[in-house]
Amino acid sequence: MTDQAQKEGGNAWQSEAFLKNLKKRKRSERRFRLTGLLAILTALTLLAILLFSIVSKGYTAFVQTFVTLDITFAEEVIDPNGTLDPAELRSANYNKLVQNALREKFPDVKGRRDLRRLFGLVSGDANTKLRKMVENDPELIGKTIPVSLLAGDDVDMVKKGYIDRNLVEDDRRVKDKELAWLDVLEADGDIKLHFNTGFFTNGDSREPEKAGIAGAMVGSFYTLVITMVIAFPIGVMTAIYLEEFAAKNKLTDLIEVNINNLAAVPSIVFGLLGLAIFLNVAHMPRSAPVVGGLTLALMTLPTIIIAARAAIRAVPDSIRQAALGLGASKQQAAFHHILPLSMPGILTGTIIGLSQALGETAPLLMIGMVAFIADIPGGFNDPATVMPVQIFLWADSPERAFVEKTSGAIMVLLGFLILMNAFAIFLRKKFERRW
Amino acid sequence: MQIQAEENVESHPNTDHGVIISTRDVNVYYGDNHALQGVSLNINKHQVTSLIGPSGCGKSTYLRCINRMNDTVDGCRVTGEILLDGVDIYGPDVDEVLLRARVGMVFQKPNPFPKSIYDNVAYGPRIHGLAQNKDDLDEIVLTSLEKAGLIKEVQDRLHSSGTGLSGGQQQRLCIARALAVRPDIILMDEPCSALDPIATAKVEELIDELKENYTIIIVTHSMQQAARISQQTAFFHLGEIVETGNTEKLFTSPSDERTQGYITGRFG
Repeated sequence: MTDQAQKEGGNAWQSEAFLKNLKKRKRSERRFRLTGLLAILTALTLLAILLFSIVSKGYTAFVQTFVTLDITFAEEVIDPNGTLDPAELRSANYNKLVQNALREKFPDVKGRRDLRRLFGLVSGDANTKLRKMVENDPELIGKTIPVSLLAGDDVDMVKKGYIDRNLVEDDRRVKDKELAWLDVLEADGDIKLHFNTGFFTNGDSREPEKAGIAGAMVGSFYTLVITMVIAFPIGVMTAIYLEEFAAKNKLTDLIEVNINNLAAVPSIVFGLLGLAIFLNVAHMPRSAPVVGGLTLALMTLPTIIIAARAAIRAVPDSIRQAALGLGASKQQAAFHHILPLSMPGILTGTIIGLSQALGETAPLLMIGMVAFIADIPGGFNDPATVMPVQIFLWADSPERAFVEKTSGAIMVLLGFLILMNAFAIFLRKKFERRW
Repeated sequence: MQIQAEENVESHPNTDHGVIISTRDVNVYYGDNHALQGVSLNINKHQVTSLIGPSGCGKSTYLRCINRMNDTVDGCRVTGEILLDGVDIYGPDVDEVLLRARVGMVFQKPNPFPKSIYDNVAYGPRIHGLAQNKDDLDEIVLTSLEKAGLIKEVQDRLHSSGTGLSGGQQQRLCIARALAVRPDIILMDEPCSALDPIATAKVEELIDELKENYTIIIVTHSMQQAARISQQTAFFHLGEIVETGNTEKLFTSPSDERTQGYITGRFG
């Protein structure tokens, strides 16, 4: 080039047009890099806003307000006949103990309405807690000890600062009198925040202070087990067949196009399919994880098949040829070499498919997994709900205290998703091979 | 398997250079592409036959007909007759999987399995059930590695990965792997094209030793290599065989003008 330029009597590398072109190219490169950076920053900002809004609303769901009261385990309430009969102990009215303790603390409160408000400071859950204490240790009867009891949801909201004391009383859910009582309790150091174990061990409840996501977590677990057991083997076998054995013809192409399209079908359509087949034709139980799992398996199959095919295609042809050249049959080549080598990719795809299924709500609405279920499911046929549906249900509930529960449940769900994806990355890194 | 003749036993003197493979009028089509046109060629027992020719002349295609590897290519059609010890390998009674055990293959790029050196060599005997027990298998693996001239380099690390070897060692591992299933014929598709000169020299030396017990057909782009290691040479051009014969004769006094042009470097 320089030879040529010199022959032409000048240096082309120094010419004005060349320098202009160079400047233009560098400018364009800078511009492109800046745009890319901007796009990533925007995405990160939005993610940060999302996470901040969820965490700032939801972190309080992991603590719960407790009220400490001096409970007198009065014999005339618990065991009037003095028999210590377990049936008697179980059916006693323990609420009465709480009420007595509150009356004692606030002797001035009179009138049915005020008393009811006063008793509302403590959750209905106190009943169960006291009963269990007595059943475990009948010696308690006749004694007076301080007991930390779950507070009502309104008290919880006041304690966490979600209720604005400056509002006019009529616009406020918690009235002046209640605030006054709470101030007394607070001053005595009887109101405390504790870690909310109930959130992780309780099923759903109409009362926010008692509501937990254990039921939904167990439901999600059962559902995903079914999804995995069905979708993984079928998906992997399909992928192997299509990649290694199927003749390359119009029919295979058609199947391939359809699988790719299925991956893009809205999930609610799979819900309708599940409703039509599993509930209406096969008469399987409604709201059950087994049906949810089957429906989600239908939805996850295309994802797994596509990921598995990509992983299988990524195995170098030389390995296939090496095996066939040694006199391995196609099946031996596929199962001895290609499948093990593509397994990390297949597993990654499967986990991503499953985490998609874990976050899926719409198809489960169609098969009745949206019902209010307070019990923690004990098996695949028990009525259950799953985490995203639980979030949906709580988001729909009017009580102020469900707002933090909703965000808290979202955080738990996101935690599981991050765990699953981290596991996928771990598998990929661990089993990745270089050729 | 019908084509498994008693050949191994009687060929002990190994001076028997009779015809082992005879191809008559072989045509190969990849879809509409007529890749091989009426190729007829005889391959002699216990000799090295090299297939030379410019790129795309059909020599690899021909090689892959002999162990029916072309069957695995979509849209590939083979006509004509390929007789191995008098039996048509495209005949209805021939199982192509067993055929590939008898006709081993070494590929252009070393392609060991991403397993241990031991498992690489043991894979063939395992799937064909050639070893009765663990000791048998050890024996086969060690002999194969020895025949491939690799044993000294790998005997302390039989259980480390085969992909951790150098390119030349990997290629000899692939040869050992092919030897482990006791083939009669070994097809080599440019086995040295990815190797440096020293590794190439080792593989060539190995080929020279192996021809005592095996029939070797080798595709090569290097005419020097063909001249060094082979006894017979076939020159392919545009899907046809132009000239075949004794290597020395073909390189010194080719009868065809195109052969002359190719070996003197005028084209190709």
